[in-house]
Parts: sequence; C-alpha cells; structure tokens
Amino acid sequence: MSAYYLKESKGEKVFYILNYIFLFVLSLTTLYPLYHVIIASVSDGNKLIAHSGLLFKPVGGFTLEAYTAVLTNPNILNGYLNTVFLLAVGITLQVAMTALGAYFFSRRNVLFKNVLMFLIVFTMFFEGGIVPFFLVCKDLSLINKRMSLVLPFLVSAYNMIIMRTSFASIPASLEESAKLDGAKHIDILFKIVLPLSKAVIAVMILYYGVGIWNSWFWASVFLRDREKYPLQLILREILIANDMSAMETTVDDVGIGESIKYATILVATLPILMVYPFLQRYFVKGVMIGAIKG
Amino acid sequence: MNLKLVKKDFKLNKALYIMVLPVIAYFIIFKYGPMYGALIAFKNFSPGLGIMESPWIGFDHFMKFFENVYFWRVLKNTLLLSIYSILWGFPAPIILALLLNDVKNKKFKKSVQTITYLPHFISLVVIIGLLKSFAETNGLINDFLVLFNVERKPLLMQPEYFRTMYIASNIWQQIGWSSIIYLATLSNIDNNLYEAAYIDGANKWKQTIHVTLPGISSTIIILLILRIGRLLSIGYEKIILMYNPAIYETSDVISTYVYRMGLLNFNWSYSTAVGLFNSVLNFTLLIIANKLSRKYSETSLW
Repeated sequence: MSAYYLKESKGEKVFYILNYIFLFVLSLTTLYPLYHVIIASVSDGNKLIAHSGLLFKPVGGFTLEAYTAVLTNPNILNGYLNTVFLLAVGITLQVAMTALGAYFFSRRNVLFKNVLMFLIVFTMFFEGGIVPFFLVCKDLSLINKRMSLVLPFLVSAYNMIIMRTSFASIPASLEESAKLDGAKHIDILFKIVLPLSKAVIAVMILYYGVGIWNSWFWASVFLRDREKYPLQLILREILIANDMSAMETTVDDVGIGESIKYATILVATLPILMVYPFLQRYFVKGVMIGAIKG
Repeated sequence: MNLKLVKKDFKLNKALYIMVLPVIAYFIIFKYGPMYGALIAFKNFSPGLGIMESPWIGFDHFMKFFENVYFWRVLKNTLLLSIYSILWGFPAPIILALLLNDVKNKKFKKSVQTITYLPHFISLVVIIGLLKSFAETNGLINDFLVLFNVERKPLLMQPEYFRTMYIASNIWQQIGWSSIIYLATLSNIDNNLYEAAYIDGANKWKQTIHVTLPGISSTIIILLILRIGRLLSIGYEKIILMYNPAIYETSDVISTYVYRMGLLNFNWSYSTAVGLFNSVLNFTLLIIANKLSRKYSETSLW
C-alpha cells in the first residue's frame, strides 16, 4: 500500500496534515458547484441575477417557482422521453452487438480472428472524419430519424475489447463439456458465458448508458424536428444558447429565467446522481478490465 | 495461408463467423465507409455525382487549406490547447492518486474518491452551462478573481482566458475518474519493496521516488502514448459548447473548423481534406510516440 515506516519524522507529519487539508479542499471545490445549483434553483430568480458571491441559503426566500416551470414544460418532458427511449433501445442493441463481437474474438483457433481484430483496432486510431461519416449516414437516410442516434454508434471497439478480455478469462473447461453435449455457440454465449459475466455487462451498460445520456452533438447534426430532440439538446438551448424560447415561458419577468436554468440542470442531472451510488462499485472493475488490454 | 486451411476453418467455425457478421458489417459501414468516403478530399465532390464519379482534383483542397488565413490559427490553437492540456491535465490525476494513496483513514479516502469521481458522470452540456453562469461578469469565478484585484469581465468572451477555462474545467471534471487506474496500479505494488527501502534508510520522499513511481511508470507511459496519439484530436464537442466568434482567436481548433466548414457550410470536400490532414498527423504522432517509448522504456502499445 503506502510507504512503510515505523515512526513518522516531523516532515512526514506535516505532509500528512497538508495532504488531508488539500484533499478536503479539493472535495469542497467539487461539491460546491452542485450545492450552488441546488440553492440557486430554489431562489427567487430576480434577486439571483443581482446576487454575487457564494450562495449559502436561497436568495429572496425558498420558492419552487422554477421547478413548476421546468416540470410543466413540454419540451423538457419530451426530451426526457426521447432520451429514455434511446437508452432502452440503444443499450440493448449495443450490449448485444458488443457481446457477439466479444464472444467471437475470445475464441481460440479461429483463422481470421487476428486479421479482423487488427482491422477493428485500426479504427480506434484512424478515422475518415466527421464529414464522410455524416455523408454515410445521410446516404443511409438516417437524417431526422431517431435511430440515427443508435445505429451509427452500435459498437465501440474499446468496449468490445474490454468484454473480450473478460470473456477470455472464463475457463475453457466449462465450455468444453457443453460442446461435448452438442451445445451450439449461441447456447454457450447465452447459457454459459453471459451468466458468468454479470460484472462486465454492468460495466458495458454503464459506459454505453452514460454515452447515450450525454450525447447531443450528432443529435444536433442529424435531427430536424424538435419533438425528436433528446434531453441534452433541449438543455443546450436553455443553458448554452440561453434561448428561453425552449422554455416557452409566458411569464413576463425575465428574472425567473435565471433560477429556471438551475432547476433545469438539477432535473436533468438527478437521475445520474441517483444511480451513481449503485454504479460506483463497478467503476474500478471497468477501468481495470479496460487497462489489461494494453 | 492455403485454400484448404481456409475452407476447413470456414466449415468448422461457420456459426462463429455468422455470429460476428453484424459486428463486422457495422465496422465496414460506419468506420471503413467514412474512410472510403474521405476520398472526396481529393475530388470535387457533388452529391449528384456520388463519390466515384466526382472529378479528381488532387491536392487542391489541401493547398487551399495551407494557404488559408486561418490555417496557422487553427493549427496553433490545436497544438497549444493540446500541449497545455497534457502539461496540466496529465499529471493531475497521478498526483491525486499518489496523495490518496497516502491517506490512512479509509473512510476519508473513500469519501474523497466518491466525490471526485462524480463530475465525470455529469453531462458536458450541464458542465458548460454551469461554467457559463460562473464565468459571467457577476459570476462566481469573477467573485474569486476580484480578491486578487482582477477586474470583473465576462470571462468566456475574453480570448486570453479560453485555454485556462477549458483546461481547468477538464481537470475539475476528470481528475478523480482518471486517477482510478493509477490507484489500482498503486495497490498492486508489493509492500515488501517499501519495507526493504525503509530498512535501507529511505525516507518517505525517497520511497516515492524509488518504489512508488517505478511501480506505476508503465501505466503512465502507456497512457501518455495514447494521449500523444490524440495530440491533434482535441474534441470539438466541448469547444463548440464553449466558444463564440469573439474568442475564435484562441478557441477555434482544426476539428471545430472542420465542423463549421463541413456540417454548417456544406463545404464537404474541403472540410474532409482538412479532417484527413488532421487524422494523418495524429496517426503519425501515435506511431512516433510508440516507437520512442519502445526504444527507451520497453513499454509500448504494440
């Protein structure tokens, strides 16, 4: 673990104390913006605009005005639904495809395995560019289709390698006996390999899920109809373009816009904050299986 | 590889090849398709004619880019942003991992980890949205800078602040997450090594230099090679969210330029040429970094 010692010298003691202080301050710097968002979202928007400095308690008294505006907003609700749809369809297809690839590449004695692997790894380091990629999608008539956010992103080479490494570590003896009983590859994958790979599947769901949840760029390129926009694209209008028309507020006072921004952030980040504690134990696992391939 | 062997392999592994077919199809269509499509960099592409039929014009688009007034600007911005990102952003998680490794209170360590991993999962749109609010004239960052007698101003409208804002927010978001891999490697270092070093009279600092750092050096090198391979591929997504014409001077990089030329202005051939130039340069850098590392440290990607 850490350095070995029997007793600490004076310098070492000072170091430990400074270390604790530094890490504490770092944690505060990470947490404060989140706290700021929460407090600002329940503040009075008009007073918030004029406020400067750290926020400790709601400015102008506690109010849920902003939340009422956000939660009754049809664009945000619709964006949410679109993102949930993309998550459900996307994760299912992505994990299934990645598992198929990972299974193939974890087999021994397949003649073209190495050539194909090289061709896939090559795509991690060299690419045609965003414009030819866009043209391919355009030729496949993916423009303005919801599936344009799923199909072009079905398999990540990196994730497939992580999954392959995990599949390859399953003892061959387990599969041999099934093979003798006449089991086909598809049976082995579904009945032996996948049930033994729950951790790596969780990691895949986490990685692909976060990817879909956060993506906005290709949605902004592919989609024309606003009713197809995923949540992040609506968020971009409200937060980045500062375009309150997405909020369709009929309220005259400009001020509420400020607290609405923060309420929107919170509403859009809450799901992540809620699943975060449950996902945490998979982090290290995920990063580590990923690292072995090096 | 003779034909007989191939035939036998196909017969034996037919089911496997069928299973992997959709995956291969995906890579052919969405990864190799664009590589083939990148041919339009050497053509005067018109969608009516298609890639094949569009007339060849050689390196004209590349020359046009090199002679463009913005060529040096985007190249310089890409390089500087990338180099500064490595300079500040690469060591940060290593330092955090080393510091966390020295925390003896398990609960405290776990809390710091949980807190610092969190921002990795917050979406870029939200992060930049927050950054924009905080960077406003009466925003939080200005409140802080005022303490050092810096005049209040809208920070994201100032070209000279862009790189700092970009890199600092990156570190804020990724420092914890990126430290995971180093922490995991650190926990694999044999305790006997520390013990032996201590008996030889090595103090804490010397143990760090002679035991800890060598223990994680191969991880550092691999990640550094990968990072250098991406030296010129600064992501466009974050910059597009952050920048505006007032700060193009420092924030416009090759990939954002490609995005504007190609996907906003529909200059397809030209922007593809610029993108290809970027890809080739990147790939070359990766190969050089890998070669150097293999020569000097015996650690390499391949």
